Amino acid sequence: MEQTKIVTKSKPTGFYENFDRKVGKDKKTTHYCPGCSHGIVQKLVAEAMVDLGIQDRTIFISPVGCSVFSYYYLDAGNIQAPHGRAPAVATGAARARPDSIVISYQGDGDLAAIGTSEILHAANRGENMTVIFVNNAIYGMTGGQMAPTTLVSQKTLTSPAGRLVENDGFPIRMAEIISSLGAPTYVERTACTDSKNIMRTRKAIRKGLQLQIDKKGFSFIEILSACPTNWKMTPKDSVQWIKENLEPYFKLGVLKDISDTREARSRSQPIFDPATVFGVLGLKKEEKQAVRTSKFAGERRLKIAGFGGQGALTAGALIAEAGMNEGLHTSWIPSYGPEMRGGTANCSVIISDKRVGTPIVTTSDVLIAMNGPSLDAFENDVVKNGLIIVNSSMISRKVARTDVRVVYVPLTEIASELGLKAMANSVAVGVFLQHEKILERKTVCDVLTTSLKKQSALELNFKAIDAGMTFKEGQKKGITQ
Amino acid sequence: MDKKFPTVEIDMTTCKGCAMCIENCPPKVLKFSTEFNTLGYQYAHYTGSGCTGCEACFYACPEPGAVKVIKEVKIKQKTTAGASA
Repeated sequence: MEQTKIVTKSKPTGFYENFDRKVGKDKKTTHYCPGCSHGIVQKLVAEAMVDLGIQDRTIFISPVGCSVFSYYYLDAGNIQAPHGRAPAVATGAARARPDSIVISYQGDGDLAAIGTSEILHAANRGENMTVIFVNNAIYGMTGGQMAPTTLVSQKTLTSPAGRLVENDGFPIRMAEIISSLGAPTYVERTACTDSKNIMRTRKAIRKGLQLQIDKKGFSFIEILSACPTNWKMTPKDSVQWIKENLEPYFKLGVLKDISDTREARSRSQPIFDPATVFGVLGLKKEEKQAVRTSKFAGERRLKIAGFGGQGALTAGALIAEAGMNEGLHTSWIPSYGPEMRGGTANCSVIISDKRVGTPIVTTSDVLIAMNGPSLDAFENDVVKNGLIIVNSSMISRKVARTDVRVVYVPLTEIASELGLKAMANSVAVGVFLQHEKILERKTVCDVLTTSLKKQSALELNFKAIDAGMTFKEGQKKGITQ
Repeated sequence: MDKKFPTVEIDMTTCKGCAMCIENCPPKVLKFSTEFNTLGYQYAHYTGSGCTGCEACFYACPEPGAVKVIKEVKIKQKTTAGASA
C-alpha cells in the first residue's frame, strides 16, 4: 500500500505570524481593501522568498502608496523609501550588501510618475534587482486620482470627464519602455485576474527572483492589478474590467528575456574600512569620539551671509564642526543661488547644549554680514542684545539698530594684509570666538587642520583667526605685529 | 461526506468577502455565508464536499492567512541511495 501524508497550504512563513506593527486591534489581516491585488502579489512574494530560501537575505523596499506598510507584513529586511525612490534605495542596499536579494515593490503613481527617473536609470544600469510594478491605473492611497497609466477616457477623481489625450497624453507603457533599454534582462507583464494569470504572475515573480539569485541582472515584472475601491466596482467586476480594458492596451506577455545569454555578474564588494573611505575623500580620520568639553549652556543661533566665494558657508561649517567636536549639538544649513561665484549665500548655524530641533534660523543671536546686501537682509532678524559683526571693508553704512551689539571689522582688508583675501571668513570666525566665548580657538584650528583643502594656507588661516580674536575697534588694521 | 481530504478551510474572522476564491474555484464548492463576520464582511465558506485541492482559492485570496487547503499526497518512494542526503 502507498504511503501518504497530509500537507497544508496556508499562510506562507514569509509573512509575520501576527502583524504587530499594524495599528488597531486586528493584527491578522492586511490593511488592503477587499479584492485588492496587493494582497495576492505579496502572498506570491512571501511564498517565493521561502521556497527559494532567500528570506533571510531579502531586502524588500516598500514604496509610497497603498503598499507603504508592506513592512508590517513581510518577514524580511524592510526599507520604506521616499516616493518613487525605491529603485534608488534598492541600488544602495544592493551595493552595500552584495549578497542581498533586493525587491523594489512599486505602484504606478510611484514608479511611472514621481519615480520615472529612478526606475529608468536603475534599469539602464542593469542593477541586479527585481522590480515588481503593481499597475492599477490609478492613485489608490490618496483616493483615486489620475495616474500616468490611467486609460484614455477613464474617469478618476481628477479626470471626472475621463482622461483626455489633448490634456493628459496617453497612458505610459512602462514595461515596453524598460524592455527597449539594453541592460534589463527580463521584462514581463502579467495580470492578477483569474487563476491562470495569477499563476503566470507567480511564475514571473519566481523567475525574477531566481535571476537575481543567479546574478543575472535587472528584472521587471509589471502586474495589472485591481483597485475595486477607487474604480468603484466589486472585486469581480474589477477583474472583468482589467480583462476588457487594461489588457487590450497593456498587452500581457514576456517583452524581453535575455536571461539565457546574459552572463552572471557579481556585485562589486563595498569598502567600509574608514581609513580607505577617508583616504578617497582626501580627509584625515582621527579615531576619537566627541566628548563634552565645552561648559557652554544655552543656545546660539547664527546667520552668516555674504557673496558667494567669500566663505560664509565655510565659516559656518567650521563653527558648527568645532562645536560638534566640543561635544555640543550643532546644525548647519546653507542657502545659496546657483552661481559658484558672485551670487548671494548664507548659512544658518545653531550651537546648543541640547538637541537641535529645526535647523532653520529665522531670528539670530549672531549675524556675520560679509557684504552690504547681507546686512540689509538680516539686520532686523537679530534678537535684542544680539551681536552683529560687520565687514566694514565692504559695508560703508552703520547698523541702524541701537538695541544690538555691533563690531565693525575690516575683515577683507585684514585678510588681504595677511596675504590671502579669501581668508576674510577666518578673520570673522576669530572675531566671533572673541565676542561670543563659546568655542575654543584650539578646536577651531583642529577642524581646519583636517578639513582645509589648501593645506599650505593652514598657518595663514591660524593667523587670520588670531587677527580676528585680537582685533580692537578703533585700530585701523587688525594685525598686532 | 464522501472523503475527508482534500478540503479547504476559510478563516471566517479574516475573510473580507471579496469573493475572489468563490469566483476562481473550479468545482464551485465555495459560497458566501449568510452571516457577517466581526470585520463586517459576508465571508466565504466551504460547502463541505467536492474540493479537489487545486489551491486556486489559496492563490486568488488577497489575505495572507484566510484560506487553508489541506490534502493528502502520496510520498514518493525514494531509492535508498541519496534518500537521506
